[in-house]
Amino acid sequence: MSRVRADEEEYWHSSKFRAFTFDDEDDELSQLKESKRAVNSLRDIVDDDDDDLERVSWSGEPVGSISWSIKETVSGSSSSLDGRDSSLQKGSSSYAALPKQASSYSLSSLFKGRNKLPSFQSLSDALTDTGGKNYAPELRRPKAEYKDYSSDWSPKDTVKRMQRGKVCSLERFRSLQDKLVLLDEAVAGHDGNVITAVSPAGAIVSPVEILFRELEVRQVALCHLIHFLRETGEQKFLLDLLRFLDRTEEVALSQYREHLNIQDVEKRREFLKGCIGLPFSAEDTSHIQDHYTLLERQIIIEANDRHLEMAGQSELFRKYPRKASILNMPLVTTLFYSCFYHYTEAEGMFSSPTNLKKTFKIPDKQYVLTALAARAKLRAWGDVDALLTTKNWLGYTKKKAPIGFHRVVEILQRNNAPVQVLQEYVRLVEDVETRLNLATKYKCHDVVIETYRDLKDRIQLTAYKCKVERGSAEEEKINSILSNMVRNAY
Amino acid sequence: RCPFPQAIVWDEYLTGPFGLIAQYSLLKEHEVEKMFTLKPGRLPPADVKNIIFFVRPKLELMDIITDNVLREDRGRSPQRDFHILFVPRRSLLCEQWLKEQGVLGSFIHREQYSLDLIPFDGDLLSMESESAFKECYLESDQTSLYHAAKGLMTLQALYGTIPQIFGKGDCARHVANMMIRMKREFPGSQNSIFPVFDTLLLLDRNVDLLTPLATQLTYEGLIDEIYGIQNTYVKLPPEKFAPKKQGEGGKDLPTEPKKLQLNSAEELYAEIRDKNFNAVGSVLSKKAKIISAAFEERHHAKTVGEIKQFVSQLPHMQAARSSLANHTSIAELIKDITTSEDFFDNLTVEQEFMSGIDTDKVNNYIEDCIAQKHPLIKILRLVCLQSVCNSGLKQKVLDHYKREILQTYGYEHILTLNNLEKAGLLKPQAGGRNNYPTIRKTLRLWMDDVNEQNPNDISYVYSGYAPLSVRLAQLLARPGWRSIEEVLKMLPGPHFEERQQLPTGLQKKRQHGENRVTLVFFLGGVTYAEIAALRFLSQMEDGGTEYVIATTKLINGTTWIKSLMEKLEPAPF
Repeated sequence: MSRVRADEEEYWHSSKFRAFTFDDEDDELSQLKESKRAVNSLRDIVDDDDDDLERVSWSGEPVGSISWSIKETVSGSSSSLDGRDSSLQKGSSSYAALPKQASSYSLSSLFKGRNKLPSFQSLSDALTDTGGKNYAPELRRPKAEYKDYSSDWSPKDTVKRMQRGKVCSLERFRSLQDKLVLLDEAVAGHDGNVITAVSPAGAIVSPVEILFRELEVRQVALCHLIHFLRETGEQKFLLDLLRFLDRTEEVALSQYREHLNIQDVEKRREFLKGCIGLPFSAEDTSHIQDHYTLLERQIIIEANDRHLEMAGQSELFRKYPRKASILNMPLVTTLFYSCFYHYTEAEGMFSSPTNLKKTFKIPDKQYVLTALAARAKLRAWGDVDALLTTKNWLGYTKKKAPIGFHRVVEILQRNNAPVQVLQEYVRLVEDVETRLNLATKYKCHDVVIETYRDLKDRIQLTAYKCKVERGSAEEEKINSILSNMVRNAY
Repeated sequence: RCPFPQAIVWDEYLTGPFGLIAQYSLLKEHEVEKMFTLKPGRLPPADVKNIIFFVRPKLELMDIITDNVLREDRGRSPQRDFHILFVPRRSLLCEQWLKEQGVLGSFIHREQYSLDLIPFDGDLLSMESESAFKECYLESDQTSLYHAAKGLMTLQALYGTIPQIFGKGDCARHVANMMIRMKREFPGSQNSIFPVFDTLLLLDRNVDLLTPLATQLTYEGLIDEIYGIQNTYVKLPPEKFAPKKQGEGGKDLPTEPKKLQLNSAEELYAEIRDKNFNAVGSVLSKKAKIISAAFEERHHAKTVGEIKQFVSQLPHMQAARSSLANHTSIAELIKDITTSEDFFDNLTVEQEFMSGIDTDKVNNYIEDCIAQKHPLIKILRLVCLQSVCNSGLKQKVLDHYKREILQTYGYEHILTLNNLEKAGLLKPQAGGRNNYPTIRKTLRLWMDDVNEQNPNDISYVYSGYAPLSVRLAQLLARPGWRSIEEVLKMLPGPHFEERQQLPTGLQKKRQHGENRVTLVFFLGGVTYAEIAALRFLSQMEDGGTEYVIATTKLINGTTWIKSLMEKLEPAPF
């Protein structure tokens, strides 16, 4: 019986997922069929020059479009995968003699503006292409239209064909005017692939300004061209174009972006220096200036500290070796670093925290927070105390924390500050509830007890007795307060 | 049937979407011997004749392919042939690039596989084009819109011409124009399929920049926010999925992340995915009771017939039990996070902004987060949310945030901040006018009395905030956009209506009580919470409208902001 059970268990185990996903698989299959049907019927709509043969091969292959496509590629026909090409259909023997379509568009000639011979686009190719039409809309056109086969596509047709991923010669669009007509067609089609392809980028149109001016009134094409130049890294051409368009801020940002590609810090610093004069917005200019100044400082600090660390003279560096170089770190990280390694340095030194604070106008809050974290990490409680102490003009000292004492406590606690230190700052938390919470959480018994005393909360105080050690000073304190309270009550 | 064995080299990004339409076993049946992921270096040895690259048309991928091809050992025999398959489109730019690298000639075939809309669920289609928003709004590259229009033509070919098209936003206008143009250019395409959809609603993402920035609070939305759902799969930390069976308990905990597929084929998931997370726990415990009661029934089975019936139900029960166990574990994982202090603080600030509280000054929590160096994306999400909820920030506030971010995270992020500004997510307030309160009140974007357990309004998906985009869809169905003309004018881009004539035979004669079906297409991305809200509307008893959703990409605030960030060199540590 138990054997049978186990077998059953196993059966269910192995089958439960199948049982589970069965519908799903079925669904996937039907979805696949659907998508297949979709592609087929799409061609009915958008592709007038589609062929029936291919659809047969689609439906003859019940399972997968992927596999189908692979088969097609392997069999060596030049039909495109989704059946956009009609070459399969003609099946004539002349086909075998056709050259392989090594490239679909003579892009280079367009980009370079040279009049190369239409190398890939043989006449026969174009012939078969047009001959392959079997759908009414194309057939109805007068045959005369095709008298000059490869070069007689209107701009509109050219774009349409290109959208369908077809081979097209752009050779006949030689003059700037022709190219612009073509471009306008492409833009109207919203297909970025085609727009980029027909953009006369880099065309040697002299003077360049004429091209720029024409592009200016074609914003969409312009955007594509800018994107294209950015992608291909044609920085100089891009900057020229942007400058011409008076998009100065973009020029500046574009140029500034370049610094990310410069690995050598000295070169990067030089480059950033050059960026300062660029036409950024006022606010950004000051940031770029700061970026440069920061890197300049970091280079100095890095050289100095690496030397110090290597020499092994400084105890601080020996005890806390640096995890990484300070180069290219954000400002706040640099400040932390300098609070950690260079806290006591005079303001005149580049690496001193006060110098950084002044140079970069770091707000008080940010400064205290960073310094506190750095000094607490070193367990320099004296520095922490000094950082939070202010003297007024009468010479009285007062504790002040621009970030709020609850945050101070948090930071100290994270660095495992002893209770005596922690307690002092918990006591300074203004909000009573927060203070009690923190004090209870971090076991600052004195603070808890005193707070309850001030609140005259006998019940809580009595309850707290069980939290302190029996026979400890704290317990005694609670007892004495409680008896005092009783006395006062009467 | 094909004479040569082949190997496919995958652009890793594509494996997800392709996994949804074809499985490996299927490919194997068709002589696909090996599959590799695309990476630089020499291609792994494989005794195949054909190497096919499945890639997106991206220049950086072309560089990797170039490297692969150049390192191929020419002396090997048999020599391998290379092919390249672009998804979804052949790109001239890429081919030009390959040509410049001198390897274009190495490819025997360069083809495209048009994969426009991929089915994700019974009511959800996505193009999975990750950079669609960035391309449309930062680079003014409308190629993804062209694909969207093509995808819609495909859908119409399958499900009939959609008689009514509504839209809001510039991109929506473009797509509608392209559809009309495509239709006009191929007049013979009139199909004779009875239309399934009554209405198409095209919505620009930039009409509603707010919704993706807020943290989604539905079950599925939270899974996505925390762990990221990719192509319906999620990877989870394995600790909670350790086998609890005897004998296996002593073994080490699994270290591989647990991978689960999430879709409506799973009964339990279908029930809870769109619920507010706070309502998920009670469903799970109810299910647990039902299942254990069902298992208990075996004690009552007396006759052979009863036992047989019980046994026949067992596979289903086992599946239900394992599904329940999985979701209980996931819910536990999520609960750990949603009950954390930081999650609560973050949510409080988001909700304050969305309900219009203190949006015009520097927020303390955001400052604290910057000081503690929380992830930059989190900061950007919050700052952008504040900006959107205030129709732009006061110059002083904006400058303050900018300075803090640059000082703490590095000056190079000025490029990212600029991108966000261009996309309209982070901007100075123009003319000192804040339209958001008017929009919020008119569209009832903030609901104070939200019911998370038994919702009566879409605002449950964000526990108070009703996603603007979905509100627009809801108001379109009833009472129509004419009632909100003023607000529509405040939102960016035109709103419009187009009609596509149907042959008389295909015009729908609606039965009384029959639901209308609306296809909502989100151009630039949609979140799971928005999908949940639309599904909620579909299920409303007196709603009268069912929704099917299509989008360029499934997004959440994090993936969205990330797509807009400038790619920076990785930090040294």
